[in-house]
Order: sequence, then structure tokens, then C-alpha cells
Amino acid sequence: MSKSDSYEDIVKTRREENFAEFQDEHHGIMHRFQHTLHVTPALVPLIVLVLSIVIFGALLGSRFFSPFALTLILQQVQIVGIVAAAQSLIILTAGIDLSVGAITVISSVIMGQMTFRYGIPPAISVVIGLAFGTLCGALNGLLISRMKLPPFIVTLGTWQIILATNYLYSRNETIRAQDIEANAPLLQFMGTKFQLGGAVFTFGVVFMIVLMLLMAWVLRHTAWGRHVYAVGDDPEAAQLSGVNVKATIMSVYMIAGLICAFAGWALIGRLGSVSPTSAYEANIESITAVVIGGISLFGGRGSILGALFGALIVGVFTLGLRLLGADAQWTYFFIGVLIIAAVAVDQWIRKVSA
Amino acid sequence: MKKFLAVSALALSATAGAAFAQDDVTACIVTKTDTNPFFVKMREGAASKAEELGINLMTFAGKYDGDHESQAQAIETCIASGAKGILLTASDTSSIVSSVKQAQDAGAIVIALDTPLDPASAANATFATDNFKAGELIGQWAKAKLGDAAADAKIAFLDLNVSQPTVGVLRDQGFMQGFGIDIKDPARYGDEDDPRIVGHDVTQGNEEGGRKAMENLLAQDPMINVVYTINEPAAAGAYEALKSLGREKDVLIVSVDGGCPGVQNIADGVIGATSQQYPLEMASKGIEAIAQYAKDGTLPQPTEGKDFFDTGVTLVTDQPVEGVESIDAAKGLDICWG
Repeated sequence: MSKSDSYEDIVKTRREENFAEFQDEHHGIMHRFQHTLHVTPALVPLIVLVLSIVIFGALLGSRFFSPFALTLILQQVQIVGIVAAAQSLIILTAGIDLSVGAITVISSVIMGQMTFRYGIPPAISVVIGLAFGTLCGALNGLLISRMKLPPFIVTLGTWQIILATNYLYSRNETIRAQDIEANAPLLQFMGTKFQLGGAVFTFGVVFMIVLMLLMAWVLRHTAWGRHVYAVGDDPEAAQLSGVNVKATIMSVYMIAGLICAFAGWALIGRLGSVSPTSAYEANIESITAVVIGGISLFGGRGSILGALFGALIVGVFTLGLRLLGADAQWTYFFIGVLIIAAVAVDQWIRKVSA
Repeated sequence: MKKFLAVSALALSATAGAAFAQDDVTACIVTKTDTNPFFVKMREGAASKAEELGINLMTFAGKYDGDHESQAQAIETCIASGAKGILLTASDTSSIVSSVKQAQDAGAIVIALDTPLDPASAANATFATDNFKAGELIGQWAKAKLGDAAADAKIAFLDLNVSQPTVGVLRDQGFMQGFGIDIKDPARYGDEDDPRIVGHDVTQGNEEGGRKAMENLLAQDPMINVVYTINEPAAAGAYEALKSLGREKDVLIVSVDGGCPGVQNIADGVIGATSQQYPLEMASKGIEAIAQYAKDGTLPQPTEGKDFFDTGVTLVTDQPVEGVESIDAAKGLDICWG
């Protein structure tokens, strides 16, 4: 068995080598560049990110190009960044999740209310909140993998259900930052700051970056990670090659729910308070980050680090344009342009394999 | 026989009609959302007054702030149910006017609560907070509190959203007037050239937006020392941003609303002063007006010198200043909403 396995491996790698050589011989530099982009999908958003930082830096000087302003961007995108990690996983399986923002906010509300309404110790409240987020994800996963309902419809429904539950359960009451600080500082843990020079980081920001790196590693180097790509690329082929498609989809939605619940915890750190009206647009913002990050909405292609860069690009444009004194509408205008450009570039790169 | 039948039928319908008018006055309340505590309180005020006066109350709300379609549908439902009056906080103040007209043609009075229609005269009456006055009070307070330092204050404005809705403009411009800034065109903000203004940014009226907007303005000028906020959740967000820079003690934050968490924040020194408004009052006054109209057809009269019925606004602060009337946070907590 092991012999035949390694035999196949050799064939595979050989074929790939031939394929690449063939392309390189017959096309110019442009094509080689296209090929490089094809094999490292996070490269395009990274280039755009660096370029936009350089351009805004040139226009604004030290006001923008300072450790303070640049780490401020990290703080402002941390929630969307974390949620985008969840969204990336789902989009890699060719799904979509509209309920991510709702799961985020209800998890934060549950963490707060468990402590302040029922007097449960904050550490346990956080665990309950995380478990609840995972449960919401499991509900999505169950409907999608077992009942075979389309992810868009399922999460369109659960988005409304979870959001309504959030408003009803919380009575739309905010838990004040001062009360949390006095009675349950653990809830604000993710907001803890530390400084390196003029740069200000919070645990939430660190969590976002570590999560992204961890997920990137898991997706690339574990069997589960390869299954996620396989299921997104072609579920039937994956099934025939022995991948448990249902279990993979189920696990992806559950992990996404858990990540959203962590985003809810980070949200408390960021706001200080527990506010049921937060993260209202997190679903659209996370999809935006994922698309700008070059992950294909058709599934199976893209790097989760791209989503991090995508979120950061949006953050850079938002702060940069505000510092330039532009009307806030221009931010939305340019984000729209970026989305379309990202998809156009994606189509162009895809031609390398055609 | 035929004549007798006709007469008795007429009498029957007349008594039924009379009974309907007396016992079964139907009123509607249509709010922007039913999640914001401000509107929740408004609905509660309307419900308890309606019960007291024996009025049958139907409640409707948009799904989110700005949901015009649900509100238009709600008004159609009210017309169909033969409502005598409709209390309305409009999401889209000009588009809703055609629906309002339909209701009036069907014999109902429409009272705008909190948010005047565009034009304001499209409603039979408006019961609202004087938002310009609300802004003016906190502006005057901030100016007096700073004393001589007011001449070189650095002020951040945390407004509602990019479309500059009337309520946001009135509060913003009121604050400027109270603080002694030349407001130029009172119908919009952003056209002033007073060097003390650092900038305007939008918050969507919540903590998340308040924090982000404050961070953006601090990146423009870290020496901001006065912050005007559209409401108390935005103020709480701004405070978090200031706290992360260690600036929370030397910046004056003022706000508008008077919700219970906001007034509690006054007591805790997070917000310096806030202008408290009274949604419960608006709604219960509105129900009384509908009952009155159903009884004898009289319409409520606007407050003298204004084009709406002013339900009052009070400055709440624990640091009173000379020349601006105020109540303290303890008193404010007794009468707060939400």
C-alpha cells in the first residue's frame, strides 16, 4: 500500500513540474507573473495593501505613517478581521455565511448577561458564550450538510433568527463599560493594551493575527485543511476520494461559529461595554474583506491570509481618507471599486490554468 | 313593515356606530424600530395611556432604522383597521408624507413624535424635543465650564450619519450656537470655519461607531479637549477611545438623550453633561390628543412660538455652572428612560 502511494506521489509531482515548465517556456514575463500570483493567492492583496500604505503615507506624512496610526488601523479592523477568518473557511467550501455578525453579537451579549443577569463567574460566562457561538454554527452546518439546503438561504434565515433572539433576550439593553470593569474585568480581557514604542496593541489584535497564521498553517498542512479545499473545489470528487464531505462542512461551520464567538469576546474588549446593536454589518464587511483578499467565492481557491490583508486594506482606506478630510462616502466608493477590481484580477489569474 | 325595518336598521347602525366611536377608538403607533430603548419607552408610554383611556392600541415598527417600507405598510394597515389617529416616528420624513396624506383622507389624524415630517406641516401635530435647544444647553454648559479656555478649545463633533438627518443637524448646530461658534447655514454642518473645530465624523449612534469616530478625529488632532456626541452610546464609545490614550480625565464629553445608562455615566463622570428628553411624555400626550380628537374633533395646539408641541428638555449634570439651569444625575435617574 505504502509503496503504491508513494508511486502516485511521484507521478503527481512530475506532472506538475512538466506543466509549469511548459507554461514558462512559451510565455513572457507577464505570464510568469500571472503564474506566481496563481500559486500564491495572497500576493495580490499584499501588494495592494503595501501600495495603499505607501500612497497614503506619501500624501499624509507622519500623521498616517506613524506607529500610532498604523496600529490604530489594526485595532479598528480586529473584529472584522476575526470574523473574516470564519468567513474565509466557509467561502473556501463554496459556502457563504450571512449570520456571522449576528453570532458575534449574540455571543458577546450572552457572555455579558450570564454574568450580570445570573451572577455566573465571568470565566464560565465566556465559555458559555463560546459554546453558544459554536452551537449557532452547528445549526447552520446541520441544515447545510444534512438537509442539503443552500448556505445562502440557511444563513439568511439564521441571521434574522439569531439577531431577533439577540434583541429580545438582551431587551436591547447595554451593559455599561464601568460596570463590567468593576465586576467582571475578564470580559474586557481582549481589550488589554500593551505598547511597543509608539505602537499600541491589544490582545484582540494579537488574537486576530495569531488566529490567521494558525488557520493558514492548518489549512495548508493538515488533512482537515486539505479536505476543506477539496470539498470547496469539487465535493463529488472529494467524496469519491474518501473525504467525509458532510463531516467536513459540519466542522467548518462549527469552527466558524466558535471564531465568531471569539470575535464577540474581542468586541467587548474593544467597546468596553456589551451593546446588542454592534457588529450589525460584520457579515457584509467580512465578505468584502474575503473578496478583496482574493478568495474565490466559487470555493476551493485562495489563502486565508488574503482575508487579513483584505480587512487591512479596507482599514487603511477608511482611516487614510478620513485623515485626508474626505467625505465618508468616498470610503464606500473606493471599497466598491476594490471589490470589482479584486474579482477582475481573480478572473485574469484563473486564465493561467485554462 | 319595510319602512319599520329600514328605520330600525338605521337605528341599529347608528347605535352601533356610536358604540364604536365611544368604546372602540383605535389608535396606532409606528416607530422606527422596536429594539431601541427610546422607542420601547415610547411604546410603553402610549400603551399605558391607551389602557387608561380605553383606547385600542396597535403597535408597529420598522425592522431597522431607516426601514421606510415597513412603516408605509403599517400606515396602510392602520387605515384598513379604521384607526382614529396615528403616532409616527418617521424613518424617511419626506417619503412617508404620501402615506400620511392617505391616512388623513381616511379620517385619521397623524401626529409626528420625536421626528418632524418634511414638511413639518404634513402632520396634524408634532410632539417632539426641541433638538436645537438640547444642543444649545450642552454648548452653553461646555462654554461656561471651560471659562477662558473656551477661546482656544479643540472640539470634535461625533454626529449620526453621513446623510445629516434633521435631528443630528439641529443638535450639532445647537451645540455650536450655545458654545459661541458662527454656524453659517443652520440647515447643515461642516460649512463652519471656526478654527476650534477639529472635525466631524459619524457614529451611527452606537458605541462601536463612537469609538471609531473618536479615534479617527484623535489621529487628526490628539489635543482635542471637547467632544460633542449625538447620543450617549456614542459618548460611551468616545470615552473608551480616550481612555485607551489615557486622555479620559482631561476631555469634556457632552451628549443628548437622557437614557438611564447615559445618566448613570453622568454620575460616574464619563459624560460631563447631557440634555435629557422625554419619549414617554411624547407618546402619552399623543394618545391624549387622539382621544380628544375622537371625542370632539379638536386638534392639539403647538407650543407658543414654535411649530411643534415641545415636550421639554432638561440639562443633567453633576457639575452645574452659572447661568445654565440643570438637574443632578440622581434626579435625572428618577425620570430617565430605557
